[in-house]
Amino acid sequence: MKYVLSFNLNGLPVDTLVKATDTLLDVLREKLNVVSPKRGCDNGDCGACTVLVNGEPVRACLTIGLTVAGKNVQTVEGLQQDGKLHPLQRAFHEHYAAQCGFCTPGMLIAAKALLDKNPKPTREQIVEGISGNLCRCGTYVEVVEAIQAVAAGKYKE
Amino acid sequence: MAEYVGQPVLRYDGIGHVTARTRYVDDIQLPGMLYIKVLTSPVHKGIIRHLDTSAAERMPGVAGVITAKDVPGKNAYGLIPDQPVFTPEHIRYKGERIAAVAAVDEDTAMEALEKIKLDIEEQEPVFDPFKAMEPGAPLVRPEGNVWEFNSGKTRKIRFGDVEKGFAEADVIVEGTYTTATNDHAPMEPQVSVAYIDETDRLAIYTVSQDLYFHLGMLTAIFNLPMNKIRYIGGTVGGGFGSKNDIHCDHVAGLMALKIRKPVKYRHTRREETAYTTKRGPWTFYFKDGVKKDGRIIARYVKTVHDTGGYAGMGPYVVDKNSILVAGPYAIPNVWVDGICVFTNKPPCSSMRGFGIINGTAADQLQTARVAEAIGKDPWEVHFINAWREGDLGATQFKVEAAGLIEAMKRAAELAGIELPAHLKAMSSRGR
Ligand code: FES
Ligand code: FES
Repeated sequence: MKYVLSFNLNGLPVDTLVKATDTLLDVLREKLNVVSPKRGCDNGDCGACTVLVNGEPVRACLTIGLTVAGKNVQTVEGLQQDGKLHPLQRAFHEHYAAQCGFCTPGMLIAAKALLDKNPKPTREQIVEGISGNLCRCGTYVEVVEAIQAVAAGKYKE
Repeated sequence: MAEYVGQPVLRYDGIGHVTARTRYVDDIQLPGMLYIKVLTSPVHKGIIRHLDTSAAERMPGVAGVITAKDVPGKNAYGLIPDQPVFTPEHIRYKGERIAAVAAVDEDTAMEALEKIKLDIEEQEPVFDPFKAMEPGAPLVRPEGNVWEFNSGKTRKIRFGDVEKGFAEADVIVEGTYTTATNDHAPMEPQVSVAYIDETDRLAIYTVSQDLYFHLGMLTAIFNLPMNKIRYIGGTVGGGFGSKNDIHCDHVAGLMALKIRKPVKYRHTRREETAYTTKRGPWTFYFKDGVKKDGRIIARYVKTVHDTGGYAGMGPYVVDKNSILVAGPYAIPNVWVDGICVFTNKPPCSSMRGFGIINGTAADQLQTARVAEAIGKDPWEVHFINAWREGDLGATQFKVEAAGLIEAMKRAAELAGIELPAHLKAMSSRGR
């Protein structure tokens, strides 16, 4: 049994056929070929699959696909505007905040969720904001510095 | 050059990473691609008495099933090629591969696995490497549970005369240290995509850290010349040594060769943690002969490394550990015996330093214990014994570009530790 799932993906409407058991991660990666959310654990542990649903960061691997019907879903594919990198993307690149890069999309989304709500976070709030995202390469220091640089206004849109 | 030296250089792949345009292997989807699941052994040790895959092959949605019979070349791989892709008979660890199914999706493939009839005669396993070395222990391997180096059952390092050193010592300090099994846990689990390309070559998208090393093993397994395998890699979502061993490419490649369709084989995090190669556990026994002034004049080390059911890089890991386990010190008398033991556990292999840092952990604890025994500060013992330029290591190599003392001074500075003046005056350039 399949259902039609309609939602907004990075500002554009999409319709796709899904099973009731498909997670949002399955829908994005396997059905829509939107592969920035990564399948690090498929178990809610690593944060590599983090996306925004109506502005809230969620783990796509723990979100049943059908629950995003009619909602706005944002992924790293939608971060660039008019071909220009988002300030967080520039800051991550220039601060070497991505080593193998596998955790990076989830980190970027977690960082965006934080700054959208709290544009001037303290270091502790930044650490808290990315505390659900594992980086096995250990880029945490660089990630925090990159987010601090954006918060300090060093990367204007 | 001048434009680079002393300048930060942005990563060439950085923009790809921050825009998520970097394509990892699991991001690749090919039209008509099928998904593989693998039947693994539910027991730690045993013999396969009966294997019948016919019901799985007949299941709707299943495109093919492969077992040891479907390996056209050598059913063995590894740095020491002793591990079968699919075991034909003997099971040496829980999780050993027995058969693989390709189906329209992973759920269907898993259902098909349940239809495979498998009859295993279970045998008594052995998990503790010390028990595995005892006479009469269950045999993990027909040839015995202790790896045969070209130097016999131990990797031997001999330098000077340790007995003479112990006799001349003021104090003897002994210690036993153990380190546990570690999983690499890269954020990207093991995955492989294989298909037959437009020129009839077998194409494989790989997460390998060792493309040419693995390509050599794959030619033997597939019985294909290198120019018939298109091995595409270079993008790795973290490896830390786990991708020094093949975990998926052989299975995906064999399936693509048999069913001539694109396939993907990927591990779940659970499979990754349970079945892939590990950093093996170690036991280190140290005996040091020490002078009251802080000089270590004799060091005996016996190590036991548990490499699991297959060699992996275990013997090589023991080699590297044995060479360096006595530490970066000018000790005139050194004796090291390194032992590599098979047990009924997943094979152990490389992880960040091939056993060197396990040895360093043990050496650091032992050296601290030496300091305690003679009532000195550990810094003092490290500084007094540290290699100087031109010293001889235990394997008779001459130390060049020595820098340990300078590195320790800097470490102390960063840690906010004020070293006494006589240590600060020391240098790696001489004693
Ligand atoms: S893949 Fe969702 S939390 Fe790890
Ligand atoms: S950059 Fe590799 S896991 Fe974070």
